Amino acid sequence: MANFKKKQAGSKQEIPTSAMPDVVFMLLFFFMVTTVLREVTLKVRVDLTQAGNIEKIEEKRLVSYIYIGPERLPGNRLGEDKVQIDDSIQPDIGAIRTIMYDKLLEEPRMIVSLRVDKDSEFGLLTDVQEELKQASAFRINYSTKNEN
Amino acid sequence: MLLKKRKREDATINGSSMADIAFLLLIFFLVTTTINVDTGIGLVLPPPLDPTQEPPPIRERNLMKILVSAEGQILMDEELVQLSEVKEKLKTFIKNPDNLETLPISPQAAVVSIKTVRETPYRIYIDMLDEVMGTYRELRNEVARANYGRDYASLNDEQEEAVNDIYPKKISIAEPDKD
Repeated sequence: MANFKKKQAGSKQEIPTSAMPDVVFMLLFFFMVTTVLREVTLKVRVDLTQAGNIEKIEEKRLVSYIYIGPERLPGNRLGEDKVQIDDSIQPDIGAIRTIMYDKLLEEPRMIVSLRVDKDSEFGLLTDVQEELKQASAFRINYSTKNEN
Repeated sequence: MLLKKRKREDATINGSSMADIAFLLLIFFLVTTTINVDTGIGLVLPPPLDPTQEPPPIRERNLMKILVSAEGQILMDEELVQLSEVKEKLKTFIKNPDNLETLPISPQAAVVSIKTVRETPYRIYIDMLDEVMGTYRELRNEVARANYGRDYASLNDEQEEAVNDIYPKKISIAEPDKD
């Protein structure tokens, strides 16, 4: 019997997968960099109000947040309006000045985003704003949801 | 040496599972990522006033005083108005189309002052500020379309500057009176 040789393609038909991990790692790094894992635990209720004429803050690194709203108490109750910076409630409004000034030294282009509960009164906010002025943190942003 | 050394296996690490590991991590970060953009009304606060110094005088005709009460009633230059009327009134104030004596000399001189009481809810204050911002946005859009045929948002920096010079946003947030 003659030898029947199976016909084979000259080249191997394989997609080289050696570069796949590189591609995936690149994507991975992108998402690792963009992810903000640590969110602040809110000790005050912040239910944002809505507005139509708003702008986006593109550079999130510049933003530092101040939360103003009624304090969350155990048992789903709400207390007095309080100011929260980072993870703690600031009992002393006058202390905001030094805190924000220190932050401003770290990032001179800082934008202070004020996340204020919609039912809070303006009085506390104006006290905070006065402190911000004293700390020369002039760029602020009233955080709101989009109306449309 | 008689014993021939056994031929070593190739000392390579099998890299095919690397992709799987990377994928796993990738999926984790994909799920945890929230690409949310912060939106809000931007404002630049004025520097603190020197208590020994008198604030610079603003001529009465250049100033639009908006007072907001705790109940959300709006007074514009001592006149009670509805929130929906604010835009229209502000536009006539800023542009002064009839060159009235009581309205600003030029749009550049116009200053909008928003004053509330301490008890005003934040929501009402933002609504008010939103209206003022909206007025300026519409005015700037008007100029941008007339001069460059495009919306204000799509102008380049130089053009933006030029439009800003025509309608500078002069908003003053007055401190509520201490009671």
